[in-house]
Amino acid sequence: MQRHLISAADLTRDDAVLILDTAEEMARVADRPIKKLPTLRGRTIVNLFFEDSTRTRISFEAAEKRLSADVINFTAKGSSVSKGESLKDTAQTLEAMGVDAVVIRHGASGAPYRLATSGWIDAAVINAGDGTHQHPTQALLDAFTMRRRLIGRDAGLGQDLSGKRITIVGDVLHSRVARSNVDLLHTLGAEVTLVAPPTLVPVGVETWPCEVSYDLDSTLAKSDAVMMLRVQRERMNAAFFPTEREYSRRYGLDGDRMARMPEHAIVMHPGPMVRGMEITAEVADSDRCTVVEQVANGVSIRMAVLYLLLGGNEPAVSHTRIEEK
Amino acid sequence: MSKILIRGAKVLGGEPQDVLIDGAVIEAVGTGLSDEGAEVVEAAGKVLLPGLVDLHTHLREPGREDSETVLTGTRAAASGGYTAVFAMANTFPVADTAGVVEQVYRLGQEHGYCDVQPIGAVTVGLEGKKLAELGAMHESAAGVTVFSDDGKCVDDAVIMRRALEYVKAFGGVVAQHAQEPRLTEGAQMNEGIVSAELGLGGWPAVAEESIIARDVLLAEHVGSRVHICHLSTAGSVEIVRWAKSRGIDVTAEVTPHHLLLTDELVRTYNPVYKVNPPLRTERDVLALREALADGTIDIVATDHAPHPHEDKDCEWAAAAMGMVGLETALSVVQETMVDTGLLTWAGVAERMSVKPAEIGRAKGHGRPVSAGEPANLTLVDTEYRGDVDPAGFASRSRNTPYEGRELPGRVTHTWLRGKATLVDGKLT
Repeated sequence: MQRHLISAADLTRDDAVLILDTAEEMARVADRPIKKLPTLRGRTIVNLFFEDSTRTRISFEAAEKRLSADVINFTAKGSSVSKGESLKDTAQTLEAMGVDAVVIRHGASGAPYRLATSGWIDAAVINAGDGTHQHPTQALLDAFTMRRRLIGRDAGLGQDLSGKRITIVGDVLHSRVARSNVDLLHTLGAEVTLVAPPTLVPVGVETWPCEVSYDLDSTLAKSDAVMMLRVQRERMNAAFFPTEREYSRRYGLDGDRMARMPEHAIVMHPGPMVRGMEITAEVADSDRCTVVEQVANGVSIRMAVLYLLLGGNEPAVSHTRIEEK
Repeated sequence: MSKILIRGAKVLGGEPQDVLIDGAVIEAVGTGLSDEGAEVVEAAGKVLLPGLVDLHTHLREPGREDSETVLTGTRAAASGGYTAVFAMANTFPVADTAGVVEQVYRLGQEHGYCDVQPIGAVTVGLEGKKLAELGAMHESAAGVTVFSDDGKCVDDAVIMRRALEYVKAFGGVVAQHAQEPRLTEGAQMNEGIVSAELGLGGWPAVAEESIIARDVLLAEHVGSRVHICHLSTAGSVEIVRWAKSRGIDVTAEVTPHHLLLTDELVRTYNPVYKVNPPLRTERDVLALREALADGTIDIVATDHAPHPHEDKDCEWAAAAMGMVGLETALSVVQETMVDTGLLTWAGVAERMSVKPAEIGRAKGHGRPVSAGEPANLTLVDTEYRGDVDPAGFASRSRNTPYEGRELPGRVTHTWLRGKATLVDGKLT
């Protein structure tokens, strides 16, 4: 494992499988009466959020606390972009406080990379989403969810996603989730198809390790998982598509479309969902939709990542010690 | 002692000759000239060029003296072999009145390192709405002939048309920063494979090309001349080539960094590579070199854009755009154009001195190295190889993309009207 987690593209297949397997161990902790491990006792982790994201921050915070780390939440509301020195200054302040890891969410693509490589701090850097670039723990939790659902909780251990066909639908252009997933799913052997109106596919996508389609209906029957992306309503005003209704008709997932997916296929969404536009309530509330599981799995994945970056070489879960209690 | 004998220099890269300077002018050029009463500069093996002229420099004064001043900027220019620079109008206040341009011009004259020809803004406050007093700036002591809203595109087609027409009255030229503003909203780097991966806002080539296409057609329609600033794409080259073949009076410049660097460097997220127009692809770089060699692109201009450390030592999106260039321009041109066999030293003289002086109507610059001409000269040790060390820059700012990179060539002497501004690589 590397010292930082900046991009899903930095993970090898073995790194990724190790994280997924470790997350399975971590998930068992959630089933215990006392959901806590002493693994990161005495370590200080800062959640440095320059951009609002309650879900991701709470998920990281839960993971950190379950590993007994000391947690500091730093919410720099508003953008540091208006006064660029603040990221560096903030980083150095945290460094002076002896922080072991920084979980950073930032509106600017590349901010976590700069933090990790500019010599401003020594702490491990974990990217919790940067601009339209990457969100690697989201990709990991998505892969974890797919492995559990499509292969099985125990059967999946040590396995990647070879041969699985994943369709990612929506605003690929602005989506760090899409970028991270394309990278990680490819590494794990899955076949990815991106589906979006041409206006929401980046120029330069042709080098990505995936297929691109503008037609959702033609991809449904051959998908093991369909991942819907969030579409921000303001995209409509910027002429990325004509109307919400037209978007919904061409790229929304409703019951009819879900019915055309293979029986085992799942529906995923990174949340928060825009019901009625990108996904209908019928689909969102169906058993095949994994949104809630994705949230739970996020905690396990983040525990695994924090443990592997900071915990050293001991086993993630010390069974003997816990059984002694 | 007012006489200087430059002995055995390869004038414009040709056979070794002696050049005798008397006062502000070249007295004689030949072999075996007498050194009687003259200070001798041994120049064997070095190349002597007419003093370089930069049509595109940001000196930041007035307003951002923490980045650069006329003094530090002209010292940087002298270090890089320049004897004249055109100072861009995007200062604070904007150089959109006779008063501001005269101030900049006079500071250049007072400091004496390099002639400073101010560029006037095309529109009031660079806002693209109302023409600035172009005539008053031309008639001022600064004698402005080049007008540009550089940093911003004159995107309103009617304003651009009027500006092109208006400056015909006094032989002016409009230098366009070709950037369609709507197509580049939120742009952070070249739009393409790398931007798609990095998730940085794309600056598409077509945003430059569409403006150039429009402006050459406007220039043709009104019979004026237009200059394209820092052209950066292969497509732009094609449009300029077409316009020239059609007889349109268009000239174009390329920066040294667009001849050498590509958008692959943005993968480092190091804002030292953040520049406008952005670094493009390898294909663009090769097309630009070829176009500079065949004359489609007329000149090299630095777009020297000094920024203080704090404006670059931050995340990419927050960083200022631009890089310094005066002190490394000739080295980059040597590496990309001369050492590759694309251009002779005479060609370099043409593109870095003669033509820029001609486009900007800089009197006394870009002249032949011959008797009776002003002694604006630059002596270059073309054999030199060394790593770029920004700590030694005369510029107040250090935002160079070449730190630690080996580049060939070094300017050892610069003379401005016979007065040495740089001797053995040291400013006077």
